[in-house]
Amino acid sequence: MYIPHTDADREEMLKTIGVKSLEDLFGSLPKEHLFRHLNLPPAITEMEAFNELKYIASVNETTENLTCFLGAGAYNHYIPAAVDQILRRGEFYTAYTPYQPEISQGTLQAIFEYQSLISAITGMDVSNASHYDGATAVAEAVNMAYHQFRGKRKKFILSPGLNPQYLETVHTYIPIDGNQFLGEDLPLSSPPSALYDLIDEETALIVVQYPDFFGRIYDYTQLIRKAHDTKTLVAIHVNPLSLGILKTPGAMDADIVTAEGQPLGIPLAFGGPYLGIFASKKEYVRKMAGRIVGETRDNKGNRGYVLTLSTREQHIRREKATSNICSNQGLMTLAVAVYLSLLGKQGLRQVATLNYDKAHYAADAITSIPGFELVFDTPFFNEFTIKCPVSAKKINEYLLDNDIIGGLDLSEYYPALKNQMLIAVTEMISRDDIDALVDLLSEVAK
Amino acid sequence: MTEPTIFELSSSGRKGFEFPKSDVPKAELPKNLLRENLPIPELSEMDVIRHFTKISQLNYGVDIGFYPLGSCTMKYNPKINEETCRLPGFLYLHPLQPIATVQGALGLMYELQEWLAEISGMSAVSLQPAAGAHGELTGGLIIHAYHQARNDKKRTKMLIPDSAHGTNPASSAMSGMHIVQIPSDHRGNVDLNVLKAEADDTLAGLMLTNPNTLGLFDEHLKEIIEIVHNAGGLVYGDGANLNALLGISRPGDFGTDILHFNLHKTFSTPHGGGGPGSGPVGVAKHLVDFLPNPIVTKIEEGTNDNPPLYGFLKPAKTIGRVKSFHGHFGVIVRAFTYIMMNGDEGLREISEHAVLNANYIQARIRDSYTVPYDRICMHEFVAEGRWQDAPEVHALDVAKRLMDYGFHPPTNYFPLIVHEALMIEPTETENKETLDAFSDALIKIAKEAHENPEILKSAPHSTPVGRLDEVRAARDMILTCTFPEVSE
Repeated sequence: MYIPHTDADREEMLKTIGVKSLEDLFGSLPKEHLFRHLNLPPAITEMEAFNELKYIASVNETTENLTCFLGAGAYNHYIPAAVDQILRRGEFYTAYTPYQPEISQGTLQAIFEYQSLISAITGMDVSNASHYDGATAVAEAVNMAYHQFRGKRKKFILSPGLNPQYLETVHTYIPIDGNQFLGEDLPLSSPPSALYDLIDEETALIVVQYPDFFGRIYDYTQLIRKAHDTKTLVAIHVNPLSLGILKTPGAMDADIVTAEGQPLGIPLAFGGPYLGIFASKKEYVRKMAGRIVGETRDNKGNRGYVLTLSTREQHIRREKATSNICSNQGLMTLAVAVYLSLLGKQGLRQVATLNYDKAHYAADAITSIPGFELVFDTPFFNEFTIKCPVSAKKINEYLLDNDIIGGLDLSEYYPALKNQMLIAVTEMISRDDIDALVDLLSEVAK
Repeated sequence: MTEPTIFELSSSGRKGFEFPKSDVPKAELPKNLLRENLPIPELSEMDVIRHFTKISQLNYGVDIGFYPLGSCTMKYNPKINEETCRLPGFLYLHPLQPIATVQGALGLMYELQEWLAEISGMSAVSLQPAAGAHGELTGGLIIHAYHQARNDKKRTKMLIPDSAHGTNPASSAMSGMHIVQIPSDHRGNVDLNVLKAEADDTLAGLMLTNPNTLGLFDEHLKEIIEIVHNAGGLVYGDGANLNALLGISRPGDFGTDILHFNLHKTFSTPHGGGGPGSGPVGVAKHLVDFLPNPIVTKIEEGTNDNPPLYGFLKPAKTIGRVKSFHGHFGVIVRAFTYIMMNGDEGLREISEHAVLNANYIQARIRDSYTVPYDRICMHEFVAEGRWQDAPEVHALDVAKRLMDYGFHPPTNYFPLIVHEALMIEPTETENKETLDAFSDALIKIAKEAHENPEILKSAPHSTPVGRLDEVRAARDMILTCTFPEVSE
């Protein structure tokens, strides 16, 4: 499909090249296994493919048909219709990385505005043009801190409140080779102050999450002050939607901010593509991996945008670069730029407040059922951990029979926590949904 | 033509979107956790749409015209892909939903793993890596883990030909390797003598881009792989140039141990202005246990009455996760759609015509540009954008001048082994008229380079902005808009 050549075209082209057939073009390849048959289903037309895919999609049960209380790193939010309309513009989505700025000002300006919006909501000086997702952004923060200290500081403190998938990704990315990871084995109930004693002159970075994996919100100002005494860097991984109301990492004096950008206008889509947000203080910009767009002028004095500071990047520094990242999440940064522009100051505050209020209504209602209690008495945003009288697995099976996707069964990551569940409540959940959940929880606990 | 920034268009008090009123009581947030100001712009929905529509019109994409960017495979992005990936049954799925509720999605992923394995000749495939370079990192980590598991810890040397893709060195370094570059010989092949000399007992592997970035299929592929294997190393295949090989020759059949795919190149998913891509990784039998966690598997075989049950599997010696969740599912659905519509013969035709188109342009412009490795090329080729008798003109000038003729320029200054490189990859989806128009433009520009070099030096003349001052951008470091005055 999608090959426009007529027989006459082909003949004329082969003649111009000076070969007789298409097969002659492959003369320098080994003769063995050449043109081997591939065991694939026979080709079908667009109409048939669309029907087939509609069928495959229909086998899934979706958050449109089920009420979703599942979060744990990906959240069910409303996406204004205008976002996808912009994403579907061929000028944006069929372009490559903007290597030729004269004909890529659309992509470049959109990324520049994205960087500005991220900087504005996080309170940080600069943002890059994205990483793959939240997990890889955290791994790149560790990587960046390693390079910031030129490999001389080899201790990394990882909060036990980090998303376990992020922890796993960090360990995949960063070879052990003399590096030491501390903190992640502390009790899950540990407050930030439990990390104080681990900090020393050898510590490159502390990574904490805000709200953390269990939904808790801590003010990290004291921790950061403590870390800066030894010039240790601090990275805060945030839920960006929460920053509609929450104190910014910038106000806490964080050095690096990473985030999973999915809550800001990116569909759940079974886990991706999402967006790795990465921002920092200006002084670290030359160690930051990934692309950055900067403002400049053209030869007539007009304002324009280019990829800048590229001497940091892999295509110039080769093996000495901080990271190998090349393609990133261009179109997803556009989604976030459109989403935040549409919501504006009032909309972002409103959606964050709705999440906060609904989650607190749900927590109050659930903990009023005998046998259910909050595991932590720390403030939370739109997600909280509850202890149940029976296993989370049993509860979730019962809920699913009643068209509800329950919260994350924490025993999937922490086998000891059989009766604990992480519940997310977004603006998509109504009071009636919460009341229905509470009724079912009361029944299953009997 | 320039457009104000979204911050400059803001007017305090405007709204572009409103959520429903709350149906629950207000909860109080502790004061010490409240943010002070929120300096983001305020616009109406129409303002936002017009702004982003206007800036989109400053862009060039495959939907607008010919985009022969070498090694980037800027083929047409079929519109049906954009519909299938947005089917509600795919779009509204939480990645951690119970597997019983996502059997359609898991079955699709399983099939794509199988199809990519069949297309490449590899044994098993992980769809998790997010992009080509991410696939390279995954492959490097697998090579590292393989040698560690054999307690062969001195193997940290990665060989990278000078005709390999640009991300290879950084990817290898991130996976704990040190890099030795292997030069090319006069025919553009890997220099076998240097390769032999480096193939010792510290060899971890070789990262081979084949066809390489000169667009040439290495004439000694079998010997290269044999040398590396005999020395105890593994061969990593950079699959970014796979568009030359579909249904033609499978890297796995020649002993490639690891291969990454770029779904956003070979399998027609859009580049999105720099992502999201998708970089699945395939491995040979002896490396299946090292794949990233998790891969999709059949937990129970199907019967006549029941479909199979799909689920996740943690490979026994996995290198671990390389990102959250299961990969770029939306991109995976697009590639799945594309393979479904092409089948065995369709895939072979894709590569045949990609190679035909590249050779055609090469033949058409050969008299006007030096083609340093002048033989039948694969899906792309490299010409020099310089002439001895027009010394002031560079490849960059040719590239910029092409914009005036309505084309996106080829990749320039890469690969590094060709002076003033212009790396041209037309892809199979372009018709002969377009290829002719592009060739004509290149020939005309070669003439201009001699007769009127100034018109090249000052190009482009017809774009929304002229040549941009990159030095100034790096010096001024203006990396964000000016935020509006806070009015609380």
